[in-house]
Amino acid sequence: MIDVNALIGPYPFRYVPHPDPDVLARVLDREEIASAWVGHLPSAFYRDATQGNAQLYSALVPHAKRLRPVPTIRPDWPDWPGSLAAAREAGAPSVRAYPQLWQLGPGDSRMSELAIACGEAKLAVTLTVRFEDLRQRHPMDVAGDLQPSAVRALARAGQDVRLIVTAAGREFIEEVHWGLTPAEQKRVFWDFSWVWGPPEDHLAKLFATIGSHRFVFGTHWPLRLAQNARASLELLPREHARAKLADPDKLFAG
Amino acid sequence: MTEPLVDAHAHFLWEGCGRSDWREVNSARLRAGEAIGITCHVASILGTFGYASPTYFPAPDDVTAGNNAMLALCRKHRALVRMLVCVNPNHTAHAKKEIARCLEHGAVGIKLAASRRADDPMLDPVCELAARHSLPVLHHVWQHRRREWPNQEVSDGADLARLARRHPTVTFILAHIGGGGDYQHSYAAIRDVPNIVADTSGSGVDRGMLDAAVGALGSQRLLWGSDITMETGLAKLRALEHTGLSSAEDIRDIRWRNAARVFGPSVARGFQAGAKPRRTRGSPTRRPKR
Repeated sequence: MIDVNALIGPYPFRYVPHPDPDVLARVLDREEIASAWVGHLPSAFYRDATQGNAQLYSALVPHAKRLRPVPTIRPDWPDWPGSLAAAREAGAPSVRAYPQLWQLGPGDSRMSELAIACGEAKLAVTLTVRFEDLRQRHPMDVAGDLQPSAVRALARAGQDVRLIVTAAGREFIEEVHWGLTPAEQKRVFWDFSWVWGPPEDHLAKLFATIGSHRFVFGTHWPLRLAQNARASLELLPREHARAKLADPDKLFAG
Repeated sequence: MTEPLVDAHAHFLWEGCGRSDWREVNSARLRAGEAIGITCHVASILGTFGYASPTYFPAPDDVTAGNNAMLALCRKHRALVRMLVCVNPNHTAHAKKEIARCLEHGAVGIKLAASRRADDPMLDPVCELAARHSLPVLHHVWQHRRREWPNQEVSDGADLARLARRHPTVTFILAHIGGGGDYQHSYAAIRDVPNIVADTSGSGVDRGMLDAAVGALGSQRLLWGSDITMETGLAKLRALEHTGLSSAEDIRDIRWRNAARVFGPSVARGFQAGAKPRRTRGSPTRRPKR
């Protein structure tokens, strides 16, 4: 199992206990998760993410075998292709982008350019619908959630694009999935860190309708309990007990 | 015998909810409950959950029909399901009648949704009845009310604290610390009000939420629960062991002993919660009926 949605570093709007790579490694052990794709949480809020990426790369060095860096790249920042080249060199499997925090609306050509360039480099783009529940946000946290239309626009940007959308709920996932052609649907993968389990069984319904192969495992650590994603799988109805998730290392295969 | 696990905040649906899948949802709760190890679902039905009248402002007839459906579930599932009687305090006479009626059939507490602000005097007759019959009151709470929200008259921890101070012999349960809003505000608001306990339910699984709850309230003022997302309940149950603040005894309290003290021994049949709880910042015990 690979956790594609882990982060390190503090969060500006509330206290998060020990969001450190050492602790993350211990959590992976405890939860029997083989490895994680790790972003740098403060970089989402930096104007220039370059220094945050440098912090991320150096912080993960002691855990290089298990924790793979997922740097943040702003496509509205000068020399972002240089950051992408650095990400490739660092062995990143994906890059993180937060268009809603950067006021890059759905259909913004700069986001499309980033997604296409990442696809050509065989890197996925990781999008985050939300860090926190809309109802608990700090008064200064006014960016709002990522919109489904933004994901649809990126999925249509090019055939090599691969998106990992984290922290989406059922309605968001369905709106995007059924608003894409079958070819476009194959470019989008979802983590289920915010998808409800029983009794409403949203995850089971999504597995039944759009298929478990469209989903990857993600915890949203350190903001959310790492136990939650595993609990979601364990509480699936019997018919989905052996549902097979997508392999994050093979997002570009087929 | 397996150690009990009491879900202090559960809901069931019924045919009057206008959902064709209501049986499947109820079955899913029982299925997941079995997988988690829940030995008692303490549940309520809020009228028609919005079908005939609003979920948080249920009409009296819908309240009665929902409570009837809940009573039927209790009869069907016996020890596995216990009932909180739902009332709308805007209809005082009806609310009092419903409480008396359902108490006679085994209700173990009262459920107040968001029909009226928690500190409103309209809630006093309900709370006086709760005091008379030693019934706890589970109150829907928005963790830090910074503005009005549609479809409910929300209350937060501070509102509930004012009500609880007016009724010091009643145990109030602050609903779902993971149910939206700023739970840290709630902890600060109720910390010094010992007759308020909090349930851990809700879709929120923020890291630090449980640690802060145990730190602020003590393990004897927390009830484990799921509300409408049981996977988050399971995650929190497992996370309790890793808060660094919860001993095995603390976890036992949160799993079921506090619930047995608050709702009465019927929610943990065959087990003794302990007549004399360890007191940490006030730990309410259900008083014997007068």
